[in-house]
Amino acid sequence: MRDAPAVPPPIAMLAELTHRCPLSCPYCSNPVELIARQRELDTATWIDVFRQAADMGVLQVHISGGEPASRRDLVELVKGARDAGLYVNLITSGVGLTDARLVELDAAGVDHVQLSLQGITATTADWIGDYRGAFNRKMAVADKIAEIGFALTLNAVMHRHNLDDLPEMIEMAKRLGARRIEVACVQFQGWALKNRAMLQPTREQVDTAKRVVARAREENRGTLVFDFVPPDYYADYPKACMGGWGSIGLNITPDGRVLPCHAAETIPSLTFQSVADASLRDIWYHGAAFAAYRGTDWMPDLCKSCDRRDVDFGGCRCQAMAVAGDAAAADPVCRKSPHRHLVDATLATEVQPIGDASFRYRKL
Amino acid sequence: MTTARIPVLPCGVRLHFDKVRGKNVLLAPERTLFLDDTGHAILSEVDGKRAIVEIARHLAALYNAPEDAIARDINEFVDDLAEKRVLEFADA
Repeated sequence: MRDAPAVPPPIAMLAELTHRCPLSCPYCSNPVELIARQRELDTATWIDVFRQAADMGVLQVHISGGEPASRRDLVELVKGARDAGLYVNLITSGVGLTDARLVELDAAGVDHVQLSLQGITATTADWIGDYRGAFNRKMAVADKIAEIGFALTLNAVMHRHNLDDLPEMIEMAKRLGARRIEVACVQFQGWALKNRAMLQPTREQVDTAKRVVARAREENRGTLVFDFVPPDYYADYPKACMGGWGSIGLNITPDGRVLPCHAAETIPSLTFQSVADASLRDIWYHGAAFAAYRGTDWMPDLCKSCDRRDVDFGGCRCQAMAVAGDAAAADPVCRKSPHRHLVDATLATEVQPIGDASFRYRKL
Repeated sequence: MTTARIPVLPCGVRLHFDKVRGKNVLLAPERTLFLDDTGHAILSEVDGKRAIVEIARHLAALYNAPEDAIARDINEFVDDLAEKRVLEFADA
């Protein structure tokens, strides 16, 4: 019996309540195969999952989607998560939330709102989300969020078509009273991978963005906190994906499958258990998908012997799968990776001037 | 040293006892800060009403320790949290 006492309990859980969303962003982090409404977990099951999570040591739940407001029982679910003892983050585009519902969500115990931002003008934002009126609706919701006084993070999703607007996005975060801004450059999985050539920024854009963030971070010290996720194809070393596979967080899909990360289903060799099959605790501590890349045993020698082994944990398994075709390879963005040339070739051939090409929007 | 400042935990930031790990934590937007005994003792006194100097006096009596040193510790601690935007100062 393998009881693995070395495995720490998870701290955070991403609850993807639904894949339904009024927006169709071409970089959506949901899988390419979206789950239909009929397969979504019901209210009672979600609340049981929240209780199981809290009982095993999860402290924060990120209530997300799709658009979580697409669930009619959102307020009830938030209350269930708070009653279970969890800190509740609501991750929303704002589109689909009414003023009355925001008041209810506040009363139900939402601790923090993370509002996504697709662009700083209606022209850009509505084009990215493929939804006319989304930007104006979002701005109205943002005003109500500020009026209620929610702790607010603005999540600016950045790519080639809006990275030049970063200074204005930072100004918007300040205007809306956000305490934090996530400058989240699109990571290439799922839908974003399908649209990579349209989304990948240029090196000049990335260099400028780094300078803008560094300066703004200094200028706004103590008022606005920056969390910068750079486009990793231009990086020398990989991101510390998930803080290490199966070590900090887990993800529940709308139909109840339990994943080590939101993109884990892109790794075909893995099979995933559902909350209907086993307890969350059992899945976390004993599930094969969680064990697959936990720790360092799975690593190639390149990573095992690297002095960054405990810094970036070999990077992103899904990216290794997507680029190198091997989920157990070093993350190909790493300068030491034998597959780095594939990333460089992609940058050399894909990053073209903005032309007539169009997005492949996400859809069911 | 501005011990007249009144520290306050803003909405979205709260203390929590983590039963599973047996630790006190400060839960905040996208952050989980595990607290040591000193940090927890300080934050337990933060009520948005009392200034740092008053909290220091209280803790000095409670732990039979020099008030100056405690006030310095509190100042350092709350400044760090304020920079992380998980603590604010009320208008005196």
